[in-house]
Amino acid sequence: MRLLLGFGSCGLAAGALTVSESMQKVLADTNLQLTLVGCNGMCFAEPLLQVIDDAGENYYYGNLNEDIASNIAKALLAGQIPQQNLLMQDANDFLAPQTRVALAHCGLIDPENIEEYLWVGGYTALKKAVLMNLEEIIAEVKLSGLRGRGGAGFPTWLKWQNTRLAPGKEKFLICNADEGDPGAFMDRSLLESDPHSVIEGMVIAARAIGATQGIIYVRREYPLAVKRIGKAILQAKNKGFLGDNICGSDFNFNLRLVQGAGAFICGEETALIASLSGKRGMPTFKPPYPSERGYHDLPTNINNVETFANIAWIINNGGLSFGDLSNDENSGTKVFALTGKIKRGGLVEVPLGTTFSKVIYEIGGGLKNGKEAKAIQIGGPSGGCLPGKLLSTLKINYEELASVGAIMGSGGLVVMDDSTCMVDIARFFMAFNKDESCGRCTPCRIGMVRLEELLTEICQGQGKEEYIPFLETLGKHVKSTSLCGLGNSAPNPLLTTMRYFPEEYAAHIKEKRCPALKCQALLDYSIDEEKCTGCGQCFKVCSAGAISGMRKQAYHIDSSLCIKCGMCQSSCLFDAVKISSKGVAM
Amino acid sequence: MTDFSQVDSILNKYTNVSESLIPLFQDIQGLFGYLPQEILRYVADKASLPLAQLAGVATFYSQFCFTPPGKYEILVCLGTACHVNNGESMASIIAAETGLAEKEVSADGLFSWQRVACLGCCSLAPVMMINGQVYGNLTHKKISAIIRQLRKESAGGVKI
Repeated sequence: MRLLLGFGSCGLAAGALTVSESMQKVLADTNLQLTLVGCNGMCFAEPLLQVIDDAGENYYYGNLNEDIASNIAKALLAGQIPQQNLLMQDANDFLAPQTRVALAHCGLIDPENIEEYLWVGGYTALKKAVLMNLEEIIAEVKLSGLRGRGGAGFPTWLKWQNTRLAPGKEKFLICNADEGDPGAFMDRSLLESDPHSVIEGMVIAARAIGATQGIIYVRREYPLAVKRIGKAILQAKNKGFLGDNICGSDFNFNLRLVQGAGAFICGEETALIASLSGKRGMPTFKPPYPSERGYHDLPTNINNVETFANIAWIINNGGLSFGDLSNDENSGTKVFALTGKIKRGGLVEVPLGTTFSKVIYEIGGGLKNGKEAKAIQIGGPSGGCLPGKLLSTLKINYEELASVGAIMGSGGLVVMDDSTCMVDIARFFMAFNKDESCGRCTPCRIGMVRLEELLTEICQGQGKEEYIPFLETLGKHVKSTSLCGLGNSAPNPLLTTMRYFPEEYAAHIKEKRCPALKCQALLDYSIDEEKCTGCGQCFKVCSAGAISGMRKQAYHIDSSLCIKCGMCQSSCLFDAVKISSKGVAM
Repeated sequence: MTDFSQVDSILNKYTNVSESLIPLFQDIQGLFGYLPQEILRYVADKASLPLAQLAGVATFYSQFCFTPPGKYEILVCLGTACHVNNGESMASIIAAETGLAEKEVSADGLFSWQRVACLGCCSLAPVMMINGQVYGNLTHKKISAIIRQLRKESAGGVKI
């Protein structure tokens, strides 16, 4: 019997540490052992225990606390599988429709123990690859049709081949783990849950392009991923999978870890290289591409974490089988971080060509409170907001997404319901991109500031009708006149919300009304006398002195004094503060 | 007097200081909690690099700060998932509970807070991180309780 407790960042944040301690107390000196694993993707149920009995049956216990966990451990010791309400009924609904390649071992092995990775067949692809010649490896990746999973979708084999054929006395390999998209955590989870699969993919890539040195560039906001990948590198070195004479061959490859310092732009290849060279992370003109002249002016191949995590599978199973995983011209699978107003949020891996409604309604279980999806946001700050009505037909496919104004991106998938204001979301992303613009190109540096200013005015009810055509023109200018991928795509969230949700812009501008009740300046706060218990909490937190009343009687908000900060609403324990957006009469 | 010997041992780790400014700054910030100006001057002198180059790099990256943070440094997540789950209200609540503006340090040196882009715990949105520990599914009540607890522990000298 195996007992697997999720010990990824979200598991730990949800209290996995105390759960593990209470279980260890029961299991100490017994023949049952608790294995601390990464994340199996069911973030919505953390802390989460998976029990695999001797017959191979899986049982999942979600949202554990110390007492329940301790009881489960006692029952298991007594030879019982607890069947009460603790058992998650929907684990299979979440997992069964998925096809897991990159996430295959996530949540099933101890990421800090290389023996467990070897036990599930780890490093067999590398052993195979050292016996293949370089062209064969690249040919296999070409057959697979694998495209960069970081967002742009460039064919992986071509990048490898370009680096391999570029003149240079040495070649360099970089894994881009600077996962900066807000709302995305695929790379974090992979590095925390299965670091060796990323290392194995990198060593195979290094062999194919002829690189002897490599770097994993990890975001500093991911301390646990940094720790686990660091440990994995040491273990792999000790086992002869890194360093000199890998797997007894004449092939040498050394890998080290570098931490980013908090700059979204460093996910762009040339900015990442600048950052590794001790400079400000500012992109440079391409060509020359990094595959021609990159780190230390050497031909450099940069791939994303998830791309590398697919490589071992491709070498083991053959490139054609990877193509067969999907029923689509795009081959293989893609991992998404499914978040937002979704019932079962977490990490999902599905074949390309799957429809979005399958991901959201079947795997994700639909929205919280049974609402309809108003929109999804895909591809992060470079991606777009797509309306709910597209979801049943729209497929997860690079070209289809581009045709509706979004991008595949690295895997952020945020689900929104009617309480999300699309103008506010556009403003949010413009603010993000403005902050993260490196400042090199004027259209991006100044254009993003103007876009954010205008959107802020609209959200505050000060927008004018002529802003709409201006926003569109300026957005298109920023896209077409910036140097790098950030500027080229930064206005996407704005342009897609304007395209699919023009009525929300109109409500803000013409009626001074926010239909989603989100833009605070356009809200009216009042107290529901039925629900108010007169506890006085709102009175205490109101810094504007707008709330008056007597204890044990309903309080009252004076709208002329109200600064619309929302503190009364968030502090009310009885849900008695009502918001509305009446707007102005036309 | 600042003890430069520890800075020297950090500097000795790097053969090419100009190329290693980012890990070097990370080490210095690990030591002092921020990048003190006198230390940056010292490094520039020792490595014969223009101070402007060091400042240019340090100010580009959001990780580096130039004033000491509070003992409890609260990072409020405003990634997309947190944003759609009222992350901005959580920031206002933290501001109100601590009485501090963003990046301001309380007079007792206990608290400071700032917004960050994404902590990668989107399924627990809204989220904040205090000294490396993540707190998820935040509410007004939960934030008040956490801050109260930290004040108490600090006053009682109990380690969290």
